Amino acid sequence: MPKISIKAEPIFHLFGFTITNSFFTSFFVFLITVFISVYFYQQSKKIGKKNGFYYFIKFFIKSIYQLFYSVFGEKTSIFFPILFTLFFYIILQNWFGLMPGIGSILIKTTEGLETITVPLFRGNNADLNTTLALALIAFFSIQFYSIKYLGIGGYLKKFFNFANPIVFFIGILDIVSEVSKILSFSFRLFGNIFAGEVLMTIVAFLIPFLASFPFLMLEIFVGFVQALVFSMLTAVFISGAIEVHH
Amino acid sequence: MSAEAMKMLAIAISIAVGAIGPGLGIGMIGSKAVEALGRNPEAESQIRTTMILALAFAEAIAIYALVVALILKFT
Repeated sequence: MPKISIKAEPIFHLFGFTITNSFFTSFFVFLITVFISVYFYQQSKKIGKKNGFYYFIKFFIKSIYQLFYSVFGEKTSIFFPILFTLFFYIILQNWFGLMPGIGSILIKTTEGLETITVPLFRGNNADLNTTLALALIAFFSIQFYSIKYLGIGGYLKKFFNFANPIVFFIGILDIVSEVSKILSFSFRLFGNIFAGEVLMTIVAFLIPFLASFPFLMLEIFVGFVQALVFSMLTAVFISGAIEVHH
Repeated sequence: MSAEAMKMLAIAISIAVGAIGPGLGIGMIGSKAVEALGRNPEAESQIRTTMILALAFAEAIAIYALVVALILKFT
């Protein structure tokens, strides 16, 4: 059986910080994200003919914009930056995790006294810390927009309402459902991507030749859908949090 | 029954039972989406978006069971 580790393994130490393999991979994804953003910005400033890559990214952004337009309507341009950033970063991470070499290049490290071999790269969303961080960003942006649109009084009134016992009890349930959003956001993304990695490893172990190809296609689709679902759910929760209750 | 065998059984039961509900749910979502598509085909894009969202919600339950099973298996 191939060895599968549920947590990211440390590969080296830098100034006292432990660098795990998933963090190491996320650094490359971060560089790619910054490169594409800067390149797109410079191309958009250029007068005259632009190259095909610019129009491809622009088409991509426009289709996602129209998707969010069906949720927010006129207010889309306010929320679009954070939602598209979440979407773009997650989709790049998911697809970067499927690249050849991720998980298959092994290096030797020492843990305590024994020497072990760990993969140099690991899909970043297959680490619960990353998805928890993304879930916290989504969660706090929901609360932030809710306070911004309802005011601090209106925001607190959603959760602590002493008008009658039933409303008070619903307020308590609302607090629980708000907090459980963090759990469901992070577990959904982590579970899907990690399950995909385990599936690919097992299939490649059982039939080493060509059999993992359809699963690779499935994983590309799952990576897209999960990025879409993450940003779409954030959008739906924000639009629910900013409307005024009666 | 040894502790190791019990653990294996727990893994199998957690994913097997956890997959029943989402399986039924996903089937219902798909059938209703096709029905809605048959009634008004021009709303295809909206139906697809809503369907994928609902699918992700249903699938998440199965993923929780899978995460529990994987944690039991690999730790």
